[in-house]
Amino acid sequence: MILDVKDLSIDYATAIGGARAVDGVSFGLEEGEFLGVVGESGCGKSTMLFAIAQLLSPPAAVTSGTVVFAGKNLVQMGSKELRMVRWRDYSVVMQSAMNALNPVKSIGAQYADVMRAHGHKDKDEIRERSREVFALVGIDSVHLKSYPNQLSGGMRQRVMIAMALLLSPELVVMDEPTSALDVVAQRSLMVQIKELQARLGFAVIFVTHDMSLVANFSDRLAVMYAGAIVEIGATSTIFAEPRHPYTKGLLDAFPSIYGPRVHLDGIPGAPPDITNLPSGCRFHPRCPSATEHCASLPPPLVNVAGTLVRCVLYEGAGVDGGLDAR
Amino acid sequence: MSTGASMRAEPLLRTEKLTRHFRIGGAFGKWLHAVDDVDLELHPREIVALVGESGSGKSTVARLLAKVYPPTSGEIFFSGRPLGSLRSRRDVLDYRGEAPMVFQDPFSSLNPVHTIGYAITRGLKLHRPELSVDARHHAAVSALESVGLAPGAEVLKRYPHELSGGQRQRVGFAQAVSYGPKVILADEPVSMLDVSIRIGLLNLMAGLRDQGLSFLYITHDIASARYVADRVLVMYAGNIVESGPTDDVLHEPVHPYTQLLLSAVPDPRARTKVSASDVGEPPRVVNPEPGCRFRFRCPLAQPICADVAPTLEEAAPEHLAACHVTVGVR
Repeated sequence: MILDVKDLSIDYATAIGGARAVDGVSFGLEEGEFLGVVGESGCGKSTMLFAIAQLLSPPAAVTSGTVVFAGKNLVQMGSKELRMVRWRDYSVVMQSAMNALNPVKSIGAQYADVMRAHGHKDKDEIRERSREVFALVGIDSVHLKSYPNQLSGGMRQRVMIAMALLLSPELVVMDEPTSALDVVAQRSLMVQIKELQARLGFAVIFVTHDMSLVANFSDRLAVMYAGAIVEIGATSTIFAEPRHPYTKGLLDAFPSIYGPRVHLDGIPGAPPDITNLPSGCRFHPRCPSATEHCASLPPPLVNVAGTLVRCVLYEGAGVDGGLDAR
Repeated sequence: MSTGASMRAEPLLRTEKLTRHFRIGGAFGKWLHAVDDVDLELHPREIVALVGESGSGKSTVARLLAKVYPPTSGEIFFSGRPLGSLRSRRDVLDYRGEAPMVFQDPFSSLNPVHTIGYAITRGLKLHRPELSVDARHHAAVSALESVGLAPGAEVLKRYPHELSGGQRQRVGFAQAVSYGPKVILADEPVSMLDVSIRIGLLNLMAGLRDQGLSFLYITHDIASARYVADRVLVMYAGNIVESGPTDDVLHEPVHPYTQLLLSAVPDPRARTKVSASDVGEPPRVVNPEPGCRFRFRCPLAQPICADVAPTLEEAAPEHLAACHVTVGVR
């Protein structure tokens, strides 16, 4: 296992006390695995991703839990040590490439910065490696001399992905890298990420609000709601047999271009405010299957045929999964 | 002066060779062709989806229809009357009340320092000046309730920050509905909202359509277009490349671009067909040369495609497409 997240909780300090954005999240990631993390805005998916990459800044802070990457707990690592691990062993692709790239430096100069910061100071080596990663994402090496504004949105995202691969990391963490792109560009970038992953063998955590985007690409899927994972399991199983009422609702919220035209209802209400979470199961005010217990008792995490589901509907249906989110 | 060439009644909204160019890069007089020769029709009680990628010109069409800026050439007819003939501010306000716009971003389209009541009644003052203070209040309440925000009188007192994104977008629809419009121009009204609440807004549009309203629904999401729209127009690089009844266009797409767009829709049931080599970006059309604008990405391009721009031809009844290769083959 390359990454082991255990009981991770993250608070945002607010004037009225801590707001818990991520609450007791646990999961593991095998080498070369593709994990999709889906949820609506405000569900804590990006905060969790930032915590894994150790990029949180105040007012957000990890309050408990561990993030063990390649045998070391990143949460307790000092900034000097982190600097060496970051980008060499794991890298991050951000949502907005325009903001992630430096507008006044050429792409090649930014790549050289990354290489030098990690001890690769030889000019020929830097040029050689920059060309290699450009070739990986299918961009002509003349664009190493280009500035970010000279490239289109899709190309910038490819530049970011190539940058993330410069030092051949074992894990690439991606925060909605395709959300600013059009459907065709989005699709072709997903295909490319998958091809690169198969070829180079890195593991991926891919955060998105669009469940259908990762349907054909991720090995496993984690569904987050109001700071907690409500369902995690094999992607194909979750799409074929969604268990948690929220997952079912999400799947029913997407109109399809296939099959008969059917009336959809989506999910009533809106996601809760994390400073004022509902008691018991956080989904109960919007849940069509809620019982009177749901408002008082936090639901258990139940293992139903390999999928972990946080819902009382499945209590007794399987072995209580506890922390073992594999 | 229409001589009744069309079999159908005069459409609510009709454009004739609607064109809008923007000047870019001063000295050499380069022109960006945002919209070129767009003919569209919107009939009473129908939702027409205008589908395309960013940069395809779909929002420019909406802004032309809303009279945000004038067309470079071509004309828009509202209930048969050319918009070019609207002269006075009163006429323009009346038109905007009959064809209001709903914007993409409910977080920036409402003024945070004013209540919802102010946002709605201010528009009513402009577009329906004949209403008394009481009548305005009633119109605002009933508009809010018609979009599912009840009790309306309570919502009127709220500030935007007290509402969720979905509720704010419903306020956007309530503003439009309160003017008593015939057609609503909705520019990506759900793309900023969370997936679980989008469908509620689409259902709202369908419900208002069933009560007699028409919508021009602008979107990049072809699946949502299929969900609500009666007809679909597909735009590419400033041109409409395919149009027709929703099911015909989506089940039997004629234009290669529509086919590409459909194959790229993320769907758990779809097998992925797009290759990583099509980086999928529509061109910015600056001082265009003749020929089909899709030919650079088109797998079927022929020599003729570089010389002659294809025009919309009938591929099936009411189903038009602009392609030299695929129209007429079937």
